[in-house]
Amino acid sequence: MLSIYYSINFQHQIELTYSERVRAYLNNCTVGIAGCGGLGSTCAVSLARAGVGKLIIADFDIVTKENLERQYYFLEQVGMLKVNALKDNIQRIDPSIMVKDINKQLFSSDIFELYSGCDVIVEAFDNAEMKLMIIETVMLQLPDIPLVSGIGLAGWGKTDLLRVHRSENLIVCGDEISEISETTPLIAPRVGIVSNMEANEVLELLMVNFEQ
Amino acid sequence: MKIILNNRNETIDREQVTVNELLAIKNFTWKLLVIKVNGILVQHKDYDSKTITEGDDVSVFHLVTGG
Repeated sequence: MLSIYYSINFQHQIELTYSERVRAYLNNCTVGIAGCGGLGSTCAVSLARAGVGKLIIADFDIVTKENLERQYYFLEQVGMLKVNALKDNIQRIDPSIMVKDINKQLFSSDIFELYSGCDVIVEAFDNAEMKLMIIETVMLQLPDIPLVSGIGLAGWGKTDLLRVHRSENLIVCGDEISEISETTPLIAPRVGIVSNMEANEVLELLMVNFEQ
Repeated sequence: MKIILNNRNETIDREQVTVNELLAIKNFTWKLLVIKVNGILVQHKDYDSKTITEGDDVSVFHLVTGG
């Protein structure tokens, strides 16, 4: 399906501007997002706004009132499955975006089947062991697909510690230090920054193959 | 020997070290790590056998909870 931006211009036979060609290109890209909490929901919405045409989102949780402190959901969505609520929110921005919503707790054995068709995979889990699981699985089973991960984002302030740590197809956004604890909770600004660092890294990876 | 550690030049006062020895020398005591040597993932069971030598490119990622 063509994005609304692309199809309007297509119908009018107008030559596409540079930014419209970028959107038309991104409309053909597929990004997998593993986890739809603070990182995944915000990253998915950012990629949707940027024009990425197909998103494969997975989570097993439901939206709670506490999630609203930092996750891209709304009060009336409390109690909904996160994947269903996030799909709704993305399609309220652009109904032409294809969203495959997988309501499932992911294990190593699921990753290949769900994400082997993606151009880039985003790790957006909460738990460190789950982060390790997907990083190792993608590196071993899908070594040609870049994985963008978000690690170390709890607390507030310390903006200058946030950075990108790259090693070929593994890209880690965050400070790799700030773990959630009693005194360093997860709060919207820092989680939002790292989510958007992930989305921005995804775009950089996708745009490598954009032909001007 | 000279190696690259997390994209920076590093001099280690040994001719070669295992992954676990490097972690001890650099005082990387974190619980969950992802380690790549020359782009290849080193699995946890190989931390005592995989050796790092002159010129190797080593990346150590530290995993913490939160997301």
